[in-house]
Amino acid sequence: MKCRTCRGPAVIDLPRHNANFCAEHFFELCRRQVTKAIDEHAMFGTDDRILVAVSGGKDSLAVWDMLVELGYRADGYYIALGIGDYSEESREITERFAAERGLALRIESLRDDHGFDVPTAAKVTGRVPCSACGLSKRHLFDRAAREGGYDVVVTGHNLDDEAAVLFGNALRWDVEYLARQTPVLEAGDGFPRKAKPLVRLSERETAAWCILRGIDYVIEECPMAAGNRHLQYKELLNALEEKSPGSKAAFYSGFLDRMSPLLADDRRRDVLHRCVHCDSPTGGESEVCAFCRLVERTRGQEAVPVEMLVKKKSRSRTSRRGD
Amino acid sequence: MIVVLRHPRREIRIEGSRRVHALLAELELTREAHLVIRNGTLVPGDGLLEADDTIEIRPVVSGG
Ligand code: SF4
Ligand SMILES: [Zn+2]
Ligand SMILES: [Zn+2]
Repeated sequence: MKCRTCRGPAVIDLPRHNANFCAEHFFELCRRQVTKAIDEHAMFGTDDRILVAVSGGKDSLAVWDMLVELGYRADGYYIALGIGDYSEESREITERFAAERGLALRIESLRDDHGFDVPTAAKVTGRVPCSACGLSKRHLFDRAAREGGYDVVVTGHNLDDEAAVLFGNALRWDVEYLARQTPVLEAGDGFPRKAKPLVRLSERETAAWCILRGIDYVIEECPMAAGNRHLQYKELLNALEEKSPGSKAAFYSGFLDRMSPLLADDRRRDVLHRCVHCDSPTGGESEVCAFCRLVERTRGQEAVPVEMLVKKKSRSRTSRRGD
Repeated sequence: MIVVLRHPRREIRIEGSRRVHALLAELELTREAHLVIRNGTLVPGDGLLEADDTIEIRPVVSGG
């Protein structure tokens, strides 16, 4: 196989582009796709201060690496979730990534800073771990951006993530979620702007970026993810992609071009007030936001080992909306 | 060849040489969900894996 651009030996075949690339020209393609996503959706500019939500996985490290390489001002923000060895390893990898490149990384620990961890929250609330985890991540990203004076929070969601979430939302015809599924969410009501610069790259491509760039990332999965619906949707979409390359991109970009504009009216946010504890915007009846309520409920609870939940979880299938 | 698989990490032995596509098909692994790594770099679909190679098949699908 030869590189489409230089005719040198290729390292990767990309069926959806009907082409093969050497490492250098594969990088060029990725940069072009990311730049296109940033420009097309007016995500941010080179003057903006960007906070990248990093997990130590391939996508968040790839997006951080690309943004820095493209000349953006991007700092990292990592949340230690307390999910056993998985969290330990992902923290080490993230810290090393930042240190080797001299990048600013802010670390927040659920256990040390807020007195609980994801397994304990799952036990106390009686809900799946991803529920407390997603709630905590969204809350803390927003808060970190607000307190740190950042213009935008960037996450590593890729094309496969977005296509799988879209598939799930469409299966349920969840109009509220469909309306909000855009590559950029504008700031407002105390929430920072949020952007997903990797929406034009598949996860095979973001993984290839990391491997070819020599980026060490967490390969093992979060033990809580096994068998969730999000993964089942990805499997279905990949089966389709295999038969008909380009299906995922067409599904997602068709939604953005033709469906999403029709849902603009449904994109309104709820009426919000400020949490009396942490000053975060929050809806509903309570004076206190959902995160502060979670902190309260888990206070003084004994830590729950991860293994307990993994076993329990394999018996009951869970659903997530992919946060 | 020695093939390293993930989730969890384990090794299997395959006799003889193979093209990447053929090996993935034989192991019933989706091309879109995997990359093949040899000596720290990627091997494309028609790349030939030799009988004495050690390679890794890296799943790329994440759950979170
Ligand atoms: S799989 Fe669930 S528990 Fe694990 S990091 Fe993702 S959202 Fe959190
Ligand atoms: Zn080339
Ligand atoms: Zn609060």
